[in-house]
Amino acid sequence: MASELDGLPVIATRREEAEGFLQGLVSKSLGWARKYSLFTYPFVTACCGMEYMTMASARYDSDRFGAAMPRFSPRQADLLMVVGTVNCKQAPILQRIYEQMADPKWVMAFGVCASSGGFYDNYATVQGIDRIIPVDVYVPGCPPRPEQVLDGIMLLQKKIQNQSHKLIDRKPLPVIAGGPGR
Amino acid sequence: MSKAVIAALVERFPDAVHAPYEGVGGDDCAFVERSRIVDVCRFLKEEPSLAFNMAPYITAVDYLGATPRFEVVYNLLSTVHNKRVRLRVKVPEGPEGVVPSVTGLWRGADWFERYCWDMYGIPFSGHPDMRRLLMYDEFEGHPLRKDYPLRGRQPLVVEREVHDIFRGPGPASRD
Ligand code: SF4
Repeated sequence: MASELDGLPVIATRREEAEGFLQGLVSKSLGWARKYSLFTYPFVTACCGMEYMTMASARYDSDRFGAAMPRFSPRQADLLMVVGTVNCKQAPILQRIYEQMADPKWVMAFGVCASSGGFYDNYATVQGIDRIIPVDVYVPGCPPRPEQVLDGIMLLQKKIQNQSHKLIDRKPLPVIAGGPGR
Repeated sequence: MSKAVIAALVERFPDAVHAPYEGVGGDDCAFVERSRIVDVCRFLKEEPSLAFNMAPYITAVDYLGATPRFEVVYNLLSTVHNKRVRLRVKVPEGPEGVVPSVTGLWRGADWFERYCWDMYGIPFSGHPDMRRLLMYDEFEGHPLRKDYPLRGRQPLVVEREVHDIFRGPGPASRD
């Protein structure tokens, strides 16, 4: 019985259609605006930082993608770049910084250490920051070439463009994790 | 000259310094009694013909299975005479294996001794600030001991479940 209904086309009222159309327009233009104005917060902890500097400075120039403005306050940033090894002692700090960022926010894992722990499979290192915070783009490499990072930024821009951006989002904010001392 | 260092040491402390030998790189090495290490170091530092005014590196070694189990190694440098000497102190495991601190002689020994406590669990007596150096206070155990598990991670925050990524045999199943 249910299968019979499944085959039917979805009937939308004119109001829903109009709303969907409007929402689509808003999404597209908001996505377009947001993808070219990424304010990054560089969370630089290790040697990948050298590669971050190359990527951000004149030769590779991430400004061409609108992602050149490092904000050293997480409250003003919307792209968190985790550049380098994150160890267990730093994990609460990183999580706190992520939670301080205002929505909408995206996260890039820069280098194998941030993506998966890399070769530091030992007592001290978090095996990938996705165990602490959600990640949008992973850039592999030790350290990654600046071209790879730019490619990662472009992938992220594509993702932002295709996201559905709401004018008013009434969804409750997700709680990442509880831990000791919270 | 460096032969003279060890000779002077053995002559001055016949009961505390023993088994001198020439180590890798030509440095002079000797074993020192644990209770006399501060006296020996003070002599090395304050005797003008020796003048070991710097302790560039103090570390520890875990000889698992041997008794006594640990060894604290003092690498000393005389910038006046451009000589190095290495002192080895055998330390048993547990609270009775307390090593007298040399921070009173070289202020820079502070972090090295805290490092030895953090990584190997060797306590130092007379140290002004005996805390962990690198690991966090909540950490249990001493990670460079040979019987500490390699992947013995002690996360401070609850880790998220990651569903959509295949990781192979992950740390969760290995540790
Ligand atoms: S990925 Fe390589 S370059 Fe980057 S932080 Fe890790 S070890 Fe350093």
